[in-house]
Amino acid sequence: MSRKISYREAMREAMHEALTNDPRVFLMGEDVGRYGGTYAFSKGFLEEFGPERIRDTPLSELGFVGAGIGAALGGLRPIVEVMTVNFSLLALDQIVNSAALFRHMSGGQFSVPLVIRMCTGAGRQLAAQHSHSLEGWYAHIPGIKVLAPATIEDARGMLAPALADPDPVVIFEHCQLFNVEGELPDDWNVDISSAKVRRQGKDVALITYGGSLPKALAAAEILAAQGIDSEVLDLRVLRPLDSASIAAAVAKCRRVVVIDENWKSGGLAAEVVARIMEHAFWELDAPVARVCSEEVPVPYAKHLEEAALPQADKIVAAVRGLLGKE
Amino acid sequence: MAKKSNAANKVEHRAPPPPSGAVPWKKDFAHALLLDMLRIRRMEEKSAELYGAGKIRGFLHLYIGEEAVAVGALHALGPEDNVVATYREHGHALMRGMPMDAIMAEMYGKREGCARGRGGSMHLFDAQTRLFGGNAIVGGGLPLAVGLGLAAKMQNEDRLTACFFGDGAVAEGAFHEALNLAALWKLPVLFCCENNLYGMGTAIERAESQTDLVAKAAAYNLPALSADGMDIVAVHETMQEAVATVRQGKGPAFVEFRTYRFRAHSMFDAELYRDKEEVEAWKARGPIHTFTARLKAQKKLSEKEFLALDARAQAEVEAAVAFAEAGSWEPVEDLLKDVLTPAEATP
Repeated sequence: MSRKISYREAMREAMHEALTNDPRVFLMGEDVGRYGGTYAFSKGFLEEFGPERIRDTPLSELGFVGAGIGAALGGLRPIVEVMTVNFSLLALDQIVNSAALFRHMSGGQFSVPLVIRMCTGAGRQLAAQHSHSLEGWYAHIPGIKVLAPATIEDARGMLAPALADPDPVVIFEHCQLFNVEGELPDDWNVDISSAKVRRQGKDVALITYGGSLPKALAAAEILAAQGIDSEVLDLRVLRPLDSASIAAAVAKCRRVVVIDENWKSGGLAAEVVARIMEHAFWELDAPVARVCSEEVPVPYAKHLEEAALPQADKIVAAVRGLLGKE
Repeated sequence: MAKKSNAANKVEHRAPPPPSGAVPWKKDFAHALLLDMLRIRRMEEKSAELYGAGKIRGFLHLYIGEEAVAVGALHALGPEDNVVATYREHGHALMRGMPMDAIMAEMYGKREGCARGRGGSMHLFDAQTRLFGGNAIVGGGLPLAVGLGLAAKMQNEDRLTACFFGDGAVAEGAFHEALNLAALWKLPVLFCCENNLYGMGTAIERAESQTDLVAKAAAYNLPALSADGMDIVAVHETMQEAVATVRQGKGPAFVEFRTYRFRAHSMFDAELYRDKEEVEAWKARGPIHTFTARLKAQKKLSEKEFLALDARAQAEVEAAVAFAEAGSWEPVEDLLKDVLTPAEATP
């Protein structure tokens, strides 16, 4: 059995469940309470759980993310919502210099069981300061885990294990996914440690995550109509990366395109490609290709924004290039 | 148009007269606090020596001159309280009850140190005495203290969080965000500013448009006090007053301790930014010898008793050094340990 819900509803259910089941859990962030959540993820929560646990904050990203770390150290299980990854840069010091380091720097005395959720990505004509995709930066940091739920199941299921995790977990929710609807099976079972094959194929492996997953799946359908059978691997967990699943996809298909909304230079796709070199180089029949964002701040105008981002047609072209079918 | 003077930006760097007057404490208590100041002083002097000998490396920030602040302030807290400190925190760690052995071994980088050699001088942590670092990002501890205060309040714990930081941190956004949040949410946090007049080499009037830090803190609608940080009596009594205010549960408070660092900022500092005369004048109001003189004048301390206290402090330091010397090195195989929490330690 399954039921149809949206990504937004799935995430809302996950938070509702966490708040209901564990009195240590509370939600803190800008406009999570009276406004109902910037993206309506927490609509009705204030009335149900009260202002102590659904805590509206001032515009103080550094302050309230740091307060989340302190609250975690003090015995609570905070969910800190940062409105977008763009604003998380104001809190980067606390995430990188405190949350990620305390366990190690204290010789194992203090863990920081904190969940930070934020919206990421472009595609809504919000221009350069609201369109960053910086998951790759966060995935660079030892001491934190980085998740990118791209499906209804993951939106519903990743929060609970993230909250149960004793270390800081950063969850990136791509803004283009919020209204996506899908079937949630009754027996969903979600981990926060592995990549997952979303489409079986044998000719080429499309390795991706987050907002680029629907684009990769769309490209796979176009390619199927052309007689090219694509496997789509959803990374899901950006740190630690599931190298074994990446290597398995390479071994199976022998041709790979990595799709990532980060900029190409030093982005997450670069790390995936390097892992392939380290773990699966001899399995390759062709050089690995990448489809990433163009090296430009994301522009406002619709046609320019679309041109700046990974798209299904770019993925199709990259695959055909690998197969010598340009 | 009348010319406005910028009086707020003027700071008196000349030392005021030394602390004086009767010490209103019983002999035992006065001796205990004097001993604690001596323990810090002797530990720091030895640390400087060990740095010269190459036993301690990295950055080393000494607390010499500022001892009255950690001793006077932390004697006003209980074991249930939280403390957040800076990279100049050896004294705070000792006052929280961390064994000097563990502090010294950590500075040596040994396995027997509080963080098994992962933190060093700037990152002393102790879960047992609720010391949450050892933070070496200026201002970084303030938002953490807000969160610790929030956790205490939400869990109905009778627990205060004292957050120490220097005057340099007052220019950071974290200071302003943290005071605002703590006051807005009425959290049991006591912000303790150790104003030693310099953020590394930059004098406070070169960094702050408003050098009156009490006025600055009070702008966040919380009680703000100031005390002579060289006078342990003033430090302790002001801290007690501030602690009592915070324990009423109506919100945070701020205390400025006006103090002075006798040594360089770190071991790499040539001290080109301040006059020797200024340093010497402040040394004349040093917290240990002025307190000693006051106690002697009141016949609450004899020279013999002073020497006995000092000998105890020095013996503790020697034992800590021996402990650190005898310590072992963490095996390199354990390098990656505790980046994340091991499954068996998960609560």
